[in-house]
Amino acid sequence: MAGKNNPWGGSGSNGGGDEPGDGSPEGGTGSDGGPRNPWLPGGGEPGKRRSASIEDIFKSRGPEGPRRVGGGPGGPGFRLPERPNGKSWLPIIIGGVALVWVGVTSFHFIQPGEQAVVTWLGGKYYDTLDSGTNITAPWPIHMVEKENVTQVRLEEVPGTKTEKLILTSDQNLVDLSYLIRWNISDLALYKYQLNDPTNALLEIGESAMRAAVARQKLDSVLTGAGRAEIEQDVREAMQARLDAYRSGIMVQGIEINKVDPPSRVEEAFKDVSSAQQDADAAINRSRAVAQQVLARAQGDASEFDDIYEEYKLAPEVTRRRLYYETMEQILSKTDKTIVESGNVTPYLPLPELKRRAQQPQPPQGE
Amino acid sequence: MDRILQNSKNLAIAAVVIVVALLSSVVIIPETHQGVVVQAGKPVRVFNLFRPDVPYGQTGAGLQMRIPFLEQVQMVDRRVLDLDMERTQVLSNDQQRLQVDAYARYRIIDPVKLVEKAGTERQLEAQLLPILTSVLRQELGRRPFSALINAERGTAMANITATLDKQARIYGAQVLDVRIKAADLPEGRPLDAAFTRMETDRQEEAATIRAAGQRDAQIIQAEASAEAARIYADAYGKDPKFYDFYRAMQSYRQTFLTGEGQSTMVLSEDSEYFRQFKGER
Repeated sequence: MAGKNNPWGGSGSNGGGDEPGDGSPEGGTGSDGGPRNPWLPGGGEPGKRRSASIEDIFKSRGPEGPRRVGGGPGGPGFRLPERPNGKSWLPIIIGGVALVWVGVTSFHFIQPGEQAVVTWLGGKYYDTLDSGTNITAPWPIHMVEKENVTQVRLEEVPGTKTEKLILTSDQNLVDLSYLIRWNISDLALYKYQLNDPTNALLEIGESAMRAAVARQKLDSVLTGAGRAEIEQDVREAMQARLDAYRSGIMVQGIEINKVDPPSRVEEAFKDVSSAQQDADAAINRSRAVAQQVLARAQGDASEFDDIYEEYKLAPEVTRRRLYYETMEQILSKTDKTIVESGNVTPYLPLPELKRRAQQPQPPQGE
Repeated sequence: MDRILQNSKNLAIAAVVIVVALLSSVVIIPETHQGVVVQAGKPVRVFNLFRPDVPYGQTGAGLQMRIPFLEQVQMVDRRVLDLDMERTQVLSNDQQRLQVDAYARYRIIDPVKLVEKAGTERQLEAQLLPILTSVLRQELGRRPFSALINAERGTAMANITATLDKQARIYGAQVLDVRIKAADLPEGRPLDAAFTRMETDRQEEAATIRAAGQRDAQIIQAEASAEAARIYADAYGKDPKFYDFYRAMQSYRQTFLTGEGQSTMVLSEDSEYFRQFKGER
């Protein structure tokens, strides 16, 4: 249980660093022997262990400081080694800190594409810094705020998944989403002219977009015929208004991402395109039939022409030949009954009877 | 020794007092704000008053002095501010409803008036909003619905801006413009009616397209038939009698060979086919 020396307590005004011996009850550690609580004042030995007070610090600066009394470099806390001429380190430290301060806060490395506004004490505008290395007065005299000015920013309207219905000139509704691309053209104006530039941009955009769509008919919006015109109109209208506010914002472009009919009537719109497909299909089918008819006609015609050529060479023979060939084919495949001319009563054809007998009688209708 | 210590203590206290006094008599006015100096509740002067033609850097922003404790500085925005109206329903003169969403942009050009008449920007906003709403209703209510959809055209917005500006000047503000952000059909019947109209419109279009397709298909077939007839006529017209014979042969074959069911023929002995059968010469 030999208490270790507390790092905060071990060196009193007598200095001398840590006492090497531990475990000795009179070694300045807590009398209970455990590790000393650094936040509690040491019981009964105030001169030895209380933490350095303001007065101590002042005293140590004084002529009868502990250098003369204690003699060691310890003091309350620690002490720097003495300067050769015996003066205080304080001015040097302050000077050094100030130098670093000035160095760090007066040099500004502005990245390409960035600019920065400089203000006096955060108040009056002083200058706009371009990219490169710039020197200003140190902070807080000159305050510098950097901003990327060439980077094109994107604002998507509306956000995700919401339906934005806009009225067209023929009083139809269209669901539309678009993108505003913009950047800062004048940083000082951007900073000081509008109290919420992004919101202003969005509102102006929305107003201009609705006005532009309201000049178009639904079909020209949906088919994309009027799209370029809308984008152009919106960009110009937005820029005109932003310039009127002297906002320091440049609208690079508007892009319409999506133009859809409202979801509630989407089916009807889809049916129109499927009607178009149906119509095309009907036309295609009839074209096919037409081709068949024509091909058939041409085939028949050329067959006839061929035979007719033959026939013209020997009409009677060809005619006979065709007749016999045809009869031959037909009669060889059919049942034949030959009756003598001159009126004999024709008897019932037997094969026919046989066949009828085999089939069930069809039900008699009344 | 004690005297020296005492001296330095006094010095330190004096320094602190001076610094505090300096700090409390100095105000930093940012470029974005105008400072109204208020003495006993009354505005006495303005720092960094808005002037449209003064470039940044030459404005009154920055360090300004005031009498500590006696004078308070109230910051008033110097930038273009946004007055965002709630959605409101407007009735057109042909009794149709439209939900209108509008905004106004304004700037405080007389902060003393603002402090006297309205207090703060927020209170000014509360004053102006109902005015904007009623002016908008009034002005748009005079127009037919078709004009409301495209309210940005014409004189409506200019009139509204002028009226609102007149009111705002009382409070030391200037209205730059009023714009319609959105004009929508109200939920419920008007919107449903619009959807129904769009739907029936499309149904009609679809039916028309289908019918046109059918018509075109028929025309194509008819033309093909006509063409085929012409081809047949050209070919067979060379010798109608032979055609009759030739076609009859074809027809017999078609009828008796490929037709369904067994055919039975009853042939007369003196048919052409049996001419040779009888051994005729």
